[in-house]
Amino acid sequence: MQTILDSLREAIKLLATFDPELLEIIGRSLQVTLAALLISTVIGLPFGAALGMARRVPARAGVMATLYTGMALPPVVVGLFVYLLLSRAGPLSMLDWLFTPAAMISAQVIIALPLVTGLTVAAVGGVDTDLRLQVRALGATGWQTALVVMAEARVGVLVAVAAAFGAIISEVGAVMLVGGNIAGKTRVLTTAIVLETRKGEFALALALGMVLLLLAFIANGLLIRFGRDIGMER
Amino acid sequence: MHATKISIQAFFSMALILLLASGLGACNVAPNERQTLRLATTTSTEDSGLLDAILPEFEAQYDARLEVIAVGTGQALALGEAGDADVLLVHAPALEAAFVADGHGTQRYDVMYNDFVIVGPRADPAGIRALVRAADALAAIAGAQAPWASRGDESGTYVKELSLWQAARVKPAAGAEWHYSLGQGMGATLQFANEVGAYTLTDRGTFLSQADHLPNLVILLGGESIDENPDPALYNPYGVIPVNPKKSEAINHELALRFSAWLTSVETQQRIADFGAEEFGQPLFHPNSEAWRSSQP
Repeated sequence: MQTILDSLREAIKLLATFDPELLEIIGRSLQVTLAALLISTVIGLPFGAALGMARRVPARAGVMATLYTGMALPPVVVGLFVYLLLSRAGPLSMLDWLFTPAAMISAQVIIALPLVTGLTVAAVGGVDTDLRLQVRALGATGWQTALVVMAEARVGVLVAVAAAFGAIISEVGAVMLVGGNIAGKTRVLTTAIVLETRKGEFALALALGMVLLLLAFIANGLLIRFGRDIGMER
Repeated sequence: MHATKISIQAFFSMALILLLASGLGACNVAPNERQTLRLATTTSTEDSGLLDAILPEFEAQYDARLEVIAVGTGQALALGEAGDADVLLVHAPALEAAFVADGHGTQRYDVMYNDFVIVGPRADPAGIRALVRAADALAAIAGAQAPWASRGDESGTYVKELSLWQAARVKPAAGAEWHYSLGQGMGATLQFANEVGAYTLTDRGTFLSQADHLPNLVILLGGESIDENPDPALYNPYGVIPVNPKKSEAINHELALRFSAWLTSVETQQRIADFGAEEFGQPLFHPNSEAWRSSQP
């Protein structure tokens, strides 16, 4: 119990004093997570929308099963896979990305992409098909129809992005492996938590966990506000 | 109108966060054209705080940046074998010798040592407190079927544990109820032992640095300091190995050699000897390089 109280005090102290090391770690956590989220959204959203709206997709069941399986990818396995690719003994060694934020972003994109895509498919698939016919009948082009459907499915699409964000900001197995938890270079909140736990600094580890939750809360608050602004609020 | 205004606000706040984040990231990458040296090491050297205490000196002296990857000894050796690290600091003599013999590393240099101890519940159900040899203690624990927490990974500590079981001529059957193979780090293993009242093998440094959180565990074999440790088999030497530059063109072999020379120099060895003496009442690591040994009367 004492440790939990200590950690609360520690968390407040860390934030109140703008601890430079903590700010740097927070900055890197956001940088890696948001970059990975941006990439997976840019790829996953249109792909998921197309998949959800297309009338005939060859081997649809197979594609969907693959996507949903991707949601179950263990982060450590993703990390190991990316490590083997980027290792100096691996096929992509010329990138020289191992133990850099770029490697961490790559791993997180692999984790986030199935989530964004799969949940977008579900969101778009839930839109009444009659709506599409109506919009079409009003003379909309294919692109315009797609935009209307996406607007109708926005709640689900936002959930897709929020779920992916939550999965990767809290992820530790993959970023530890491919980032290496190097101080001042690839240390993020989750790997710092592992390090402090290993050191027996439980209060500090828990405090960092609280900081991570606070960040996630702010990010989700912004996301919801963004959703409200584009008209999700009834 | 109102809705669009807020939406622009939200958009800008999002953009600002992105910008801030990428900006912060860029700051870290841009300024240093300094050489970097990638050191793969075991968790014990980083978690004890030793590296934080001595490495800044090297970085300043050689205008270099050290990238420390702290992992288990097994993974550290694998990183070296793949050419993903320039230099290793590990503690598993048999594996290190094989690593150099197989041509993955150029040479191994003695750096320092500490020792392992057997910790367990104060009540000591297997009665190992009076024993001298760790192997006898393990045999007694197996005989009493008292709970034993094993690292069960490829760590240097686990390699040591296996050699002790071998010396005890006991082979804990997989799935034996008293034998817990955890596959976790030293800290987690100690916490497990503390919670379930198990015995375990640990390096003294990790135990000392976490003892505050381990109220149920005491050192039962190994004494209060390394000088009191009755069993030479519990000796835990660390070595530094520059990775063979033939592995990859990207390996900074020259700096790895300089690092090895620096780490084994008398000045650095003195800093290792001083580390932790104040906080724990005894040093966590004892210098042991060739240069250090020949400097001692």
